[in-house]
Amino acid sequence: MAIECLVLGAGQDVGKSCVIVKINGKSIMFDCGIHTGYQDHRRYPDFSLISANSGDFTDSLSCIIITHFHLDHIGALPYFTQVCGYNGPIYMTYPTKALAPIMLEDYRKLIFEGREEEKQFSSEDIAECMKKVTAVDLKQTIQVDKDLQIRAYYAGHVIGAAMFYAKVGDSAMVYTGDYNMTADRHLGAAQIDRLQLDLVITESTYATSYRDSKYVREREFLKVVHNCVAGGGKVLIPTFALGRAQELCMILDDYWEKTNLKVPIYFSAGLTLQANMYYKILINWTSQKVKDTYTTRNPFDFKNVCSFDRSLIHAPGPCVLFATPAMISGFSLDVFKLWAPDERNLVTLTGYCGSGTIGRKLMVAKPPTRITLDDNVQLDVRCQIYQLSFSPHTDAKGIMDLVKFLSPKHVILVHGEKPKMVKLKEIIESELEIPCYHPANHETLHIPSTRRIEASASDAFLQSCLCPNFKFLKTDPRQDSELDDDSNNKRKMPQLQVCENRVAQGLLITLQKNQSRKVVTENELIDTIGTEIHEEKFAYCCPIYFPNSESRDISSFHLILFGKLSREFPDLNIQDCEDVIRIQSFVGSFCSKAKCPYRTDVSFQSVLDTVHFCCAWSMGDEELAWRVISTMKNLKLSDRIET
Amino acid sequence: MEFTCLSEGKGFYYPPCHILDISGFRILLDCPMDLSSLLVFSPVPIDPNPIISNEKTSLKIDKPLDASSLICAQPRYRTVKNLILWDVSFIDVVLISSPMGMMGLPFLTRNKDFSAKVYATEVAARIGQLMMEDLVAMHKEYRQFYGPEYDSPEWMKWDELDSLPIELKQILFGADGAGFAGWMPLYSAADVKDCMLKVESLKYAEETCYNGTLMMSAFSSGLEIGSCNWKITCPKGSVAYISSSVFSPLTAMSFDYKSLQRSDVILYSDFSSCNAADNFEADNNVSNSRCFYMSFDWFIMSSLLSFLFTFLFISHYSDDDVNLEASIKLGSVDEYTEEMEKLNFICSSSIDFIKAGGSVLIPIGRHGIVLQLLEQLAVALENENMKVPIFVVSSVAEELTAYANIIPEWLCEQLQDRAVRGGQTFKAGQTSMAKIGKNRQQIELMMYLFPAIHSLKLLTNWQEPCIVFCPHWSFRLGPVTHLLRRWCGDPNSLLVIEKEVDAGLALLPFKPMEIDMKMKVLQCPFLSGITLQKSHQLLKLLQPKHVVFPEILRQHNKNNGHSETSFSFSYYKENEKVHIPYTKKDSELDIAEELVNQLQSATLTKQEMTIARLRGELVLEQGRQRLILGNDE
Repeated sequence: MAIECLVLGAGQDVGKSCVIVKINGKSIMFDCGIHTGYQDHRRYPDFSLISANSGDFTDSLSCIIITHFHLDHIGALPYFTQVCGYNGPIYMTYPTKALAPIMLEDYRKLIFEGREEEKQFSSEDIAECMKKVTAVDLKQTIQVDKDLQIRAYYAGHVIGAAMFYAKVGDSAMVYTGDYNMTADRHLGAAQIDRLQLDLVITESTYATSYRDSKYVREREFLKVVHNCVAGGGKVLIPTFALGRAQELCMILDDYWEKTNLKVPIYFSAGLTLQANMYYKILINWTSQKVKDTYTTRNPFDFKNVCSFDRSLIHAPGPCVLFATPAMISGFSLDVFKLWAPDERNLVTLTGYCGSGTIGRKLMVAKPPTRITLDDNVQLDVRCQIYQLSFSPHTDAKGIMDLVKFLSPKHVILVHGEKPKMVKLKEIIESELEIPCYHPANHETLHIPSTRRIEASASDAFLQSCLCPNFKFLKTDPRQDSELDDDSNNKRKMPQLQVCENRVAQGLLITLQKNQSRKVVTENELIDTIGTEIHEEKFAYCCPIYFPNSESRDISSFHLILFGKLSREFPDLNIQDCEDVIRIQSFVGSFCSKAKCPYRTDVSFQSVLDTVHFCCAWSMGDEELAWRVISTMKNLKLSDRIET
Repeated sequence: MEFTCLSEGKGFYYPPCHILDISGFRILLDCPMDLSSLLVFSPVPIDPNPIISNEKTSLKIDKPLDASSLICAQPRYRTVKNLILWDVSFIDVVLISSPMGMMGLPFLTRNKDFSAKVYATEVAARIGQLMMEDLVAMHKEYRQFYGPEYDSPEWMKWDELDSLPIELKQILFGADGAGFAGWMPLYSAADVKDCMLKVESLKYAEETCYNGTLMMSAFSSGLEIGSCNWKITCPKGSVAYISSSVFSPLTAMSFDYKSLQRSDVILYSDFSSCNAADNFEADNNVSNSRCFYMSFDWFIMSSLLSFLFTFLFISHYSDDDVNLEASIKLGSVDEYTEEMEKLNFICSSSIDFIKAGGSVLIPIGRHGIVLQLLEQLAVALENENMKVPIFVVSSVAEELTAYANIIPEWLCEQLQDRAVRGGQTFKAGQTSMAKIGKNRQQIELMMYLFPAIHSLKLLTNWQEPCIVFCPHWSFRLGPVTHLLRRWCGDPNSLLVIEKEVDAGLALLPFKPMEIDMKMKVLQCPFLSGITLQKSHQLLKLLQPKHVVFPEILRQHNKNNGHSETSFSFSYYKENEKVHIPYTKKDSELDIAEELVNQLQSATLTKQEMTIARLRGELVLEQGRQRLILGNDE
């Protein structure tokens, strides 16, 4: 059995995340994103690779799992369900389900409006697509079908972002989506249980960067903004409606409150205000700190924020404006054109900007400068440009921490740039000794998976497994002192160490008829297979010198023998009943038969003053038996007198 | 496996309580408190004089039951009396299935021998905590009036108890007169806080593992927001504990019965159908007392509706389950519509009374119902263009409504949809009422949340007529006692209570001698469990191997031919241990493939089997036993 992993997007790249994983015959699609950098068919993952022959996606996939509402993770979903015709189950968290339509609608308006040349999706398609979605809560274990189990864990990247655990039979894996290992202003850090995994597929956006405390960076951002508005400038923050906008707004609103600033903060579209409504009811998905305040004041009730009217673009005086979209086009471009020439103003770039966008140009620009808008229109940029340096993605340390914590058997890196991935792969393989891969798009990987064999176990077997098996080890105190000096002073390691090493021993029975297996103890075996016990036994009819045996009665001899043995073997349990002496498996009694087959005497005539004692024992007690026999043979007259 | 019922409970507010011994662990299922027993006490008097007049009029045996016969003392609270007989330290796990099921938990957790792990859903724990805090806050009024309590209060003396009217004795000693036990002084706010620290909260369908052996998950039961049924799995089989469940509730997430499918054993603990029968008897008593009751013929109404809806909604369910037919009937929307009809009736009656100049008092303790009713009333008032304030008076009103607004994941589909589409769930608790909708901006919704009846803000905003939601449904605690005294003589005012409440006894202190209460009373029965017909279908669908029913259902099962079912069943009685056999003789074991691969097996041709000597290490993890390669020396 193996896990088959086909990367359709975000392989050595950022954009259109889409991975198909086939575990024990069940195919799961993780994420279904678009690539915002392309305008043609390369925008979508190449779905035709999923089912080479049939083309029926509903049959070839068990389910789709969407990790969060960013377009590079969900953008192609309406296309896949409504145009490609996938009709199976789709899972995402509640916030993702609530906020995804807003993101998708925003994108659709931006890209498709006015262009009808290729297969697209409409508003209705988005609504129809969302109807097929099953919302899940964190840690909820969902039984997709009889064999496939999935579970979401908090990922912290944006509100509702989740890592997904999937298990089929004995094979299990985790797909992280995008995640953040440190808490930010409004979201908590990613959280996951220690699981037994064959595979982890993780993002690697910042595969090589290490970041310091974000509070320093927040302060830096606030300082830049404050300086700008104090100088009478306007601050333009181009951003997407969800996620970044709320985080920055919280920071600013908080700062405004503390410093008693009266400069207005605007949200460009009603969209963002509507998004705030969602954030208010989804407060359980934010960080603990934010959650704790919900009764006294919902932290997404921003006090200093109001909605923006287009006429305010020309209004004099300082202000802060959040405008969509992030990479500067549409409305944020309109504002940018007007505000860029004034050196008092500030533009804050909030996140990743695709190549070719104005945002990307500004990232490298050093004002005052001149940048080219479309159609050879040039724009003087004299305003300051500030690049936000905190990101909701985990850094390399976070990735390493997560992989180390989960300790899977294999790691696959996606959602990152190839050179960085190569470096991270090397670190994971050398430091954690876990095989790591970074497949390119359309590559398929085969990974071996664990399998277990089911059996039933008898109570007696389980009981026997519970028998403690202690080992006592003596440690040399001198050795410890070399290792750690200071801890040794405080708490001395005990010299005697006890370790327990329980071993389960039994028999595995496999019925050929139906291949059903059962584990039993040795004692139970006979019952189970229904045969009789065949035991190997030894016997010896031993001659014992016993003067005047004819005149004495046998029972008195018996007493003498018993007394002798009891003295000789004080630690053994010697039983004497009805003329038979038993010591463990050793059984002995007088032999009155004239021709006992176990006799080794050459002559069959009875020797004077000798009686025969017939003994039998099993293999295990052989040594004991011979000791007993030799004792009996050496029976002296003195023994007799004592009785 | 051993199962002992400690208490069959009494309706919605006093769920049953059981003990289950499984796989060597002892599980306590719910730890409720019988708040209806508060009825034997008198509410805090307005002036202390009546107490003196209430001198023991020595041994009047046939003294009629009236306001003066109630016990004038700081109340004690009745816990599950059979639980006291068990050693607390031997309980390993406590599973809470509803906020009501944890009301008695602080009594248990404050015991220093208590060491069990308590599991509850996140929301049940939070709401339960708020309810307990509210109870402690309301009880304070008694404390302020009577002062600190002594070890053995006067009323608990034998001759005092003996001189009480028979109705009260029945409550004090139990219906069978078995014994006077389990009456405890209320826990403190600190006890509640400590108790909550011991509660581990879970999401629906989250798996949790106890001691590597027991896997437990909570699945929505639909009774109240956050309430659940439990599925317990051990290596020898699985057990589903079905508490009172509602298929399509108004507010809470609906009964997730599919997740309980294929459990080996079902512990059936929904007593609602039996309680319904009890209610019917109680009803007769009520009609004897001279109150005016409005009634509404739910029965005809509901049968008509269910007839309609089973036909209408068949297409709604596209389920490829084998028992398609059964799932249609279970999931049909008739219950929802029926419950909604009841709320609409309450709304329209309320409006009628307000138009007549009276006020409406609604002391209902079901949060799901209250939230929906607030919603409906707001809409109704708006449609009528009436400017009537709605007051919610409770020490936890603000927190509870705010909380209800941030847990859309735990609500029914209708509300979830609303949350997904509009970004809001309930109107109550929205801080800016005017912003609700564009078309509604004109009318300002006058909904106020106040912590107490004497809060300054309430006094300044107070206006009558008005609609007031406040605790407590027992009419012995909280703001309701004061408001009822104010309005009980007003024939234009309306009191809305639940059918479950013993109205005759509950309203006793508010009826001055020989004078009828003039206020009108609307008693409404709310659905609080699985109806008998549906339970039959449900069990068919769940395909268990064995079901344990309460004794009370024996007769019903006989009549309904449960004997032809695919599963075996037995019955349980209060305080009687029932032995339930494990369905599997052997437990399951997973053997690592590497281990199996290195085995050298011998074939026994005669028996058609192969045997192999096995050596490994047994690991118990997540309720699964695994045999792995041992680290052999």
